[in-house]
Amino acid sequence: MGISILADTPALPLHEAGKYVAGAYVVLFVILLIYVAIMALRLSRIERELGELLELPEQNTQEEPAALGRSERESTPA
Amino acid sequence: MYGKGLRTLSIATVIAMALALGLVFFYAPLEAEQGFLQKIFYVHVPLAIVALCGFVIGGLLAIQHLRTRDSRWDMRSYVAIHMSLIFAVATLITGSIWARASWGHWWVWNEPTLVSFLIVFLLYATYQPLRFAIEDPERQARYASVFAVTAGAFVPLNFIAVRLSTAYLHPRVLGSTSNLPGSMALTFLVSLIAMALLYATLCKYELTAKHTRAQVRALRRRLSGGEPGARRSRSAAPTLPAGAPAGAASAGRTAA
Repeated sequence: MGISILADTPALPLHEAGKYVAGAYVVLFVILLIYVAIMALRLSRIERELGELLELPEQNTQEEPAALGRSERESTPA
Repeated sequence: MYGKGLRTLSIATVIAMALALGLVFFYAPLEAEQGFLQKIFYVHVPLAIVALCGFVIGGLLAIQHLRTRDSRWDMRSYVAIHMSLIFAVATLITGSIWARASWGHWWVWNEPTLVSFLIVFLLYATYQPLRFAIEDPERQARYASVFAVTAGAFVPLNFIAVRLSTAYLHPRVLGSTSNLPGSMALTFLVSLIAMALLYATLCKYELTAKHTRAQVRALRRRLSGGEPGARRSRSAAPTLPAGAPAGAASAGRTAA
């Protein structure tokens, strides 16, 4: 079947073959684009997580003096 | 680090891709039988070759993982197979487009090359579900490596079997490179190199992203006072040793 199909199909004219060739290259481009979009999402997630991590030490330093002040007040006799 | 040399590789890939496209559309002559349609082969065949080679590379990296039990080899094998699957999808779609234009059918079931490639693709499509089905990371990595080695060995065997089969219906581009005019052979070679570079770049991007994410998680655990080997949520992706540099000499084993 395949041989007969191949034998019966002459070269497509440019205006007809062009859309198929463009389609094939667009497929590759779209797949690459999807991959880049996924990578961008991942990168933004990592950026967000890093931002949260950067805030952690600041929160700790703000909490520590407050906790220290509380414990000092509690330990000091009235 | 996985990111080392990524910029150079990316630039080389962009140049190679641009050069390949330029050669395909402005240098390579039209083929006598297929005319302009033959231009699909400069993207379809390199995609198929790189995808199949990627599967074999995934198997070789898995052998290294089984030998050393170093989870970084498992990660490399995972990424190689993951990327090859994406390339295989592109191969199937571009092949179908060519088949539709040339044969009038999107798919021909009695064509051995098409069907054998589909079998390889479907075989590897089970790789991710297999990983996801196993919760213990150590066991997951080991079973996935065994799968990658077995399937990786199947790929060349399958390729040889199809080549030895009597029906030579599929257009042979690689086998007849010596018969190709010099300009076509050069274009094909540049396209193949560009596709291989694209594969290598995307693999490196993926590895860098995964390693960075593992480092961020390790840092979060350290800062929040959590255990370094804390259990992760179920995932098909391998676990990298927490906080270990990618190029460290010590073999970081997967945290169970």
